[in-house]
Amino acid sequence: MRRLFALAALMLMLATPAFAVDPDEMLKDPKLEARAQKLGSGLRCLVCQSESIEESNADLARDLRVIVRERIAAGDSDKTIVDYLVSRYGDYVLLQPPFKGKTLVLWVGPFVLFVVAIATAFGFYRRRTKATVPPTTLSAEEQRRLDALLKDNGAK
Amino acid sequence: MRRLLYLLPVLVLGVLALFFARGLHLDPHNIPPELIDKPVPEMSLAPLPGRGANSGLSTADLKGKVSLVNVYGSWCVSCVQEHPTLLEIKKTGIVSVHGIDWRDEPELGAAWLRRHGDPYDRVGVDPAPGRAAVDFGVTGAPETFIVDKNGIIRFKYYAGPITPDVWRDILLPRILELQKQ
Repeated sequence: MRRLFALAALMLMLATPAFAVDPDEMLKDPKLEARAQKLGSGLRCLVCQSESIEESNADLARDLRVIVRERIAAGDSDKTIVDYLVSRYGDYVLLQPPFKGKTLVLWVGPFVLFVVAIATAFGFYRRRTKATVPPTTLSAEEQRRLDALLKDNGAK
Repeated sequence: MRRLLYLLPVLVLGVLALFFARGLHLDPHNIPPELIDKPVPEMSLAPLPGRGANSGLSTADLKGKVSLVNVYGSWCVSCVQEHPTLLEIKKTGIVSVHGIDWRDEPELGAAWLRRHGDPYDRVGVDPAPGRAAVDFGVTGAPETFIVDKNGIIRFKYYAGPITPDVWRDILLPRILELQKQ
């Protein structure tokens, strides 16, 4: 049984993301093809939204795969290709949004919230510990009243 | 003051809920067009077979007067839906309508026009992988661009098929405005 689990775990670890690239779309040079796959994995399929163009079977994704490969074969740099697609489809085509003014909240927001949460929790607990510290010694008047009460109680 | 601080999480939750509620009603397929106020991309599309002299579509054809550029394909279901409206638009003669036959076999694109009627002044075919369509930032068919006299893209309608209402309320006013300039 344990061996079966180990085998299942191993198979899961060895699983690679499914690519939709047809063999006939691939570039002959494996180095260029690897570049195309890496580039395409970061580009959003615009009609299926949550898949990259490398994973999607949509027609438009296929077109973009072919166009990316054409441009790589023509000697374009990764940046040129990405810039071209961003100029046509906007930042939306990038699966990882770029860091810029418009996306500042997106990138920095979680960290700011985290710091605020830590600070709030810290302040909250500190205040609570302070509140549980016993009051300082009794005044002479209070001590006298306490003694009187205790004596009174003991008498009964 | 302290008591207000306890309300803060509720307020934050409320703001987040508002954003999420709005997000539920946004269509993720509505990708805002990038090419507005930019010139029409360089293209030189091949004619459809048997369509006569006025066929093929290139960048130069879109200069000189305001025009509509409609992206269609013989495989496109919603295109059949909007086609009668395009024929009506052609009949008014207000604006010239050009077609890009996207991801299509030229023969199929031509046969489709013979079957459903031909509203276009010029048509060019953009076979797979649809280089011209990607240049235009097309994400699906039908899509329709308004191009001004100088060959600048001014508007893209991409929220489904053009209906008579869309023509009257969205496209026509913009076209008339551009024709005045």
